[in-house]
Amino acid sequence: MSFKKIALVGNPNTGKTSIFNRLTGLNQHVGNFPGVTVDKKVGRVKVGDHNVEIVDLPGTYSIYPRSTDEKVVFDVLNDPKHPDHPEAVMVVVDASNLERNLLLFTQIYDLKIPVMLILNMSDMAYRAGKVFDKAVFEKRFPSVPVVDTNARAGLGMNEIKKNLEKGFSTENHQAVLENYELKLGADLEGQSAETTQRFRFIQEFLKELVQINPDKVRPKKYEWLDRILVHRIYGYLIFTGILLALFQLIFSIAEYPMEMIDTVFGTFSNYLHDVLPPGIFTDLLSQGIVPGLGGVIVFIPQIALLFFCLGILEETGYMARVVFIMDRLMRPFGLNGKSVVPLMSSAACAIPGVMAARTISNWKERMITIMVAPLISCSARIPVFTLLIALVIPKETVFGFLNLQGLVLFGLYSLGVVSALLVAIVMKWIIKSKETSVLMLELPEFRSPRWGNVFVSLFDKIKVFIFDAGKVILAVSIVLWAMANYGPGDRIEIAVQKIEVPVADNDSLQTIYRQDVASAELENSYMGILGKFIEPAIRPLGYDWKIGISLLTSFAAREVFVGSMATIYSVKDDGEENVGLLHKMRSQRWPDGTPIYSLAAGLSLMVFYVYAMQCMATVAVVKRETNSWKWPFIQFVYMGVIAYIASYITFLIFS
Amino acid sequence: MFTLANAIKGKKVKVIKLLNSEISSKLLEMGLYDGQEVEVLFKAPFGDPIAVNIGGYVLSLRLDEAKLVEVK
Repeated sequence: MSFKKIALVGNPNTGKTSIFNRLTGLNQHVGNFPGVTVDKKVGRVKVGDHNVEIVDLPGTYSIYPRSTDEKVVFDVLNDPKHPDHPEAVMVVVDASNLERNLLLFTQIYDLKIPVMLILNMSDMAYRAGKVFDKAVFEKRFPSVPVVDTNARAGLGMNEIKKNLEKGFSTENHQAVLENYELKLGADLEGQSAETTQRFRFIQEFLKELVQINPDKVRPKKYEWLDRILVHRIYGYLIFTGILLALFQLIFSIAEYPMEMIDTVFGTFSNYLHDVLPPGIFTDLLSQGIVPGLGGVIVFIPQIALLFFCLGILEETGYMARVVFIMDRLMRPFGLNGKSVVPLMSSAACAIPGVMAARTISNWKERMITIMVAPLISCSARIPVFTLLIALVIPKETVFGFLNLQGLVLFGLYSLGVVSALLVAIVMKWIIKSKETSVLMLELPEFRSPRWGNVFVSLFDKIKVFIFDAGKVILAVSIVLWAMANYGPGDRIEIAVQKIEVPVADNDSLQTIYRQDVASAELENSYMGILGKFIEPAIRPLGYDWKIGISLLTSFAAREVFVGSMATIYSVKDDGEENVGLLHKMRSQRWPDGTPIYSLAAGLSLMVFYVYAMQCMATVAVVKRETNSWKWPFIQFVYMGVIAYIASYITFLIFS
Repeated sequence: MFTLANAIKGKKVKVIKLLNSEISSKLLEMGLYDGQEVEVLFKAPFGDPIAVNIGGYVLSLRLDEAKLVEVK
């Protein structure tokens, strides 16, 4: 007998993920469990001559859930009708901490599902001087095969496969607790009584099962590291240092592949435009779809780098220390120490940031984290900030050494962070919840990162970004493209005909003509009309209808602002430097002769981009993560209102 | 009443019982059953949360959570 579908269960930090990765390699995919937003990792492993499907269930300390993640484990194992209910379960236990780990094992064993025990991290147990007596275990649990593994070194995987091939059953089942029934939902006292009984059993059982060999007991490595990393001064200094180094690294390295991607998509788009027969389809492809795809892919280098670094920090156990030292600081804001990772991720992109909030078990803290995450300035805002800063902030040094332009950029980032914290405080008062906030987080031992895990999780995150954010960005790009290319009746044609066609076959004159045509087309398209329609609303902020168009096109992704500006002012989008565009923007005047892009208008626009929720992909992800339209709606409105008011005030102050 | 929240760093104490609360069953599952020997290893800046050694692994707890664990 052999299995088709088995589940992998275990406490967090037991090496469960490593074992899953070792067994399935890249032969795995991430989906969602039905009805909930919990990652479901499914992989296949070849056993003998057929494949066994392995479902990696979220890590949990007990079958009784305390978060959405853990509830999945309960649902899947308890309900035989659940589509993911497995035929058998592999329980991974950390050999160096059997007492707590065996609790979950006995709970699952008593469900009368065939169980295999995977005893992982043998070297750490060895270091602690513990010797596991298999004979004692097999005598008490005769139906349960035991496999020793060292997931880090990849030892024991064949043994697991052999047991899967052979199969195992619930024959000779000797319940730990007779007539066991799960204590459902709110029966907390029942759960406590049951857990106490189980620990009594485990304590007695461990006396026989594990012999502590005093010769081999060695002190834990790296304990001194904790004293520095959680120190009241060094702890925060190190964390700040790591943050600075991280962003410095990301922005300096990611620039090169990003430029390359930009060039490749730009060239490809032009190429398509030139070789395909002119028509709607060609325009859609070369101006809508290809640039839209480019707009998604261009963020991958930064996102990949950030998650690579975060993955390493997580794997070494450092992230748990960050949560530990940040928890007290985050609490007054209605956040949790665990909010730090989602907020840090949001500095690259709010989408993975919002998704990372899943680790926060408290509903209210998770909602607040999700609601404020998009206020942290993401990488899509950088091109907008860069353009606007170059436009209105002089290249000067202040106090003798600070670069004024850099200072403004830093100010914009700080504005985002401070605002996120302030909004969190407000949300803390508004959102009602009776659920107690808890931390209760295991601080794993420090260890070197397991690179396999870092790369597999990186790969997953990028996949999610491409598919989740990608499809929304692409769809919005296509809609915006259509709006920018079509107008009512023959309005566009009439406007274009009014432009004088150059007689001379002069390249530069031809270029100017083409740019003027593009500009006229945009002005008379639905998008242009919409821009003019909203002009009275944005006029108090210092914006004209042309800026209005760019605000609208930014809904695909904020950085589209720059490309739109280039089209509107009929200059060639020349990538990084924007010399032509800057020159043209500086020369723009209101009818009364004052410059449109004054310091006041420029700053007002920057502030607007700090606050406004101009990212449909984030809206879609928030909808999915919160399972309702209510939260993304509230978020969209509150961010919009703050954006409007703050920009208005900024404009008033500086004009 | 003496709880884990008042325990001195580096001194081993024994859990007597968990006070009634909606999170007691969770504290119990983390290994804080009566009779368990625990030790506060280090504290976060501002003294909260604290890191506790429970039978060979390290759990971080907020003081509010540690207050629910009566020790001696």
